[in-house]
Amino acid sequence: MKDAFGTPQSLLVLGGTSEIALATARRLIARRTRTVWLAGRPSPALESAAEELRALGADVRTAAFDALDPGSHETVLGKVFAEGDIDLVLLAFGVLGDQAHDERDPAAAVRVAQTNYTGAVSAGLLCAQALQAQGHGSLVVLSSVAAERARRANFIYGSSKAGLDAFAQGLGDALYGTGVHVMVVRPGFVRSRMTAGLPRAPLATTPEAVAAAVEAGLRRRAETVWVPGALRVVMSALRHAPRPLFRRLPV
Amino acid sequence: MPADTVSVTGWGRTAPTTARLVRPRTYQEAADAVRSCGARGGIPRGLGRAYGDAAQNAGGAVLDMTGLDRVHLIDAAGGTVLCDAGISLHRLMQVLLPLGWFVPVTPGTRYVTVGGAIGADIHGKNHHVSGSFSRHVLSMELLTADGGIRTVRPGTPLFDATAGGMGLTGVVLTATLRLLPVETSLMSVDTERATDLDDLMARLTATDHRYRYSVAWIDLLARGGSTGRSVLTRGDHAPLDALPDRARRDPLEFRPGRLPAAPSFVPEGLLGRTTVGLFNEAWYRRAPRARTGQLQSLTAFFHPLDGVPHWNRVYGRSGFVQYQFVVGYGQEDTLRRVVHRIARRGCPSFLAVLKRFGEGDPGWLSFPMPGWTLALDIPAGLPGLDLFLDELDEEVAAADGRVYLAKDSRLRPGLLGAMYPRLEQFRRLRGELDPDGVFTSDLSRRLGL
Repeated sequence: MKDAFGTPQSLLVLGGTSEIALATARRLIARRTRTVWLAGRPSPALESAAEELRALGADVRTAAFDALDPGSHETVLGKVFAEGDIDLVLLAFGVLGDQAHDERDPAAAVRVAQTNYTGAVSAGLLCAQALQAQGHGSLVVLSSVAAERARRANFIYGSSKAGLDAFAQGLGDALYGTGVHVMVVRPGFVRSRMTAGLPRAPLATTPEAVAAAVEAGLRRRAETVWVPGALRVVMSALRHAPRPLFRRLPV
Repeated sequence: MPADTVSVTGWGRTAPTTARLVRPRTYQEAADAVRSCGARGGIPRGLGRAYGDAAQNAGGAVLDMTGLDRVHLIDAAGGTVLCDAGISLHRLMQVLLPLGWFVPVTPGTRYVTVGGAIGADIHGKNHHVSGSFSRHVLSMELLTADGGIRTVRPGTPLFDATAGGMGLTGVVLTATLRLLPVETSLMSVDTERATDLDDLMARLTATDHRYRYSVAWIDLLARGGSTGRSVLTRGDHAPLDALPDRARRDPLEFRPGRLPAAPSFVPEGLLGRTTVGLFNEAWYRRAPRARTGQLQSLTAFFHPLDGVPHWNRVYGRSGFVQYQFVVGYGQEDTLRRVVHRIARRGCPSFLAVLKRFGEGDPGWLSFPMPGWTLALDIPAGLPGLDLFLDELDEEVAAADGRVYLAKDSRLRPGLLGAMYPRLEQFRRLRGELDPDGVFTSDLSRRLGL
């Protein structure tokens, strides 16, 4: 159960090698979290992530989960929820893709869309059902500032996150009053493996900062969290910039 | 039987969860509700005054027992009452006062049920004299997990598990209570100020035994030399001859007034350091340095906050946390350290009270033990509050003290065993009585009760 401060005792991470997710898990384990499920494609990275969290004192298990195989989601997630209540589901999987390459290779672009959006729709709905049945819990969805307005430089990734973001907002409204809380997290440019080698954007942040914002958001039962918080203002301005201007902006 | 799926919280309005709210109107309906709880179990709920998640059950059933609220039998000569457990202490007072009887123990609100009073084994300002509520329970009928009804008497393991057992042994249906005779419905109150914590403790220790009721309001925002400055209010039921002539015509009159309810929306952070600091300053200054024999109404003395319905809304959307702990006599240093830490931290608390407890009570999970208890409320949105309270827990546990489960919404589960040494006994009995865990609450899930 979550305590008065929204701190969960059990955590399910979808996308178990995500740096943001692992930073969040570390932070929550330091508070109250004792049970952690890391769901992801079986890999040495997933196992070593589990090992790292175990060293912090949590009871960590892994589950084989592939966002690109929605047909298997029901079985995998069903097994996890059958083992006990999950107080917090962190939907953290996603790929950035390579915009320039993917524009020439539509199949690769579709994989980005399927991972970030379709996979999340399937997993998100299944988790929402399970959380609703247990009468409590939070679903935290890692979206992105890129979801707020698609940019020339990464509109394939951006549009997939836009779909995910809209889906998560709608799901949050659908679940309002059921005891299940959905929180959309929109980080800006996060310095991590996923963005290694990319030029740094303004208002860049870190996985640890996103983790702290998630914890604070849970406490407030927030519905939308921007990291850093200043992005809320920046993006609301950018969102309303006229197209001819927005196209020319170096963002 | 009516049933709705609703979002439920405790009085602190934190951590809402959804449950099927069932409202039994007969014992049979209550038994049916227990038998048909389903996989996620059920928990009885009274008037929802527990601050945390004790009367919540995510995804399961919550049995609202306030529909079963009849008085069955009053022995006006012997001073006992047999009533349904869903009745409030407010209603009991309305019925009993005209007959010259009063409830044996009342907490800071009249709006608790008898069942809740047993489940939390509540205490009042008279604990140092009268002990907890369950000490005045002569017998009760308990609806257990198998759907059967058992008569439970003091001195049996089931009684000791149920008193303070947070509703996890079953649903109390009826109880027979021993009452306190009173001549009037007024209180004769002595008020005095203490300039700091040591002064307060000295005054309480020296003269508490002279009073049936004793409590001290403490200003936890005062710092430096006046840390722990307080107002002591102690007294007893006023005898008939203490009343002025006019009041003697109807000495047992009980007509508590109510102010308008707190608004449903209150901006976050209304109760900050500044507002609460000003309130505390005024409250302290307003109190007389020393005054004896003042006549006060029952409400003014016991339940000042009951005058404002939904006062818990003043903390805004994030709600608030009540922190109440007890440390034994001889552990005064821990109490001092905790009070100084709270004062240094600047927790905006305007409802902080300090009290001395008497002998411990038989309930296995009963909170009171001989020693000092401090209760304070803090807005849940205060940054860093979670870590701060964890640190206080460590201090309390190290001094063999404990925190009060009826108020808890955030304790680290690992500390529970150290705080409640009879926890294993409780778990064993529950395992035998309710092997399938029919009685389950968010509290029991969170703390592994």
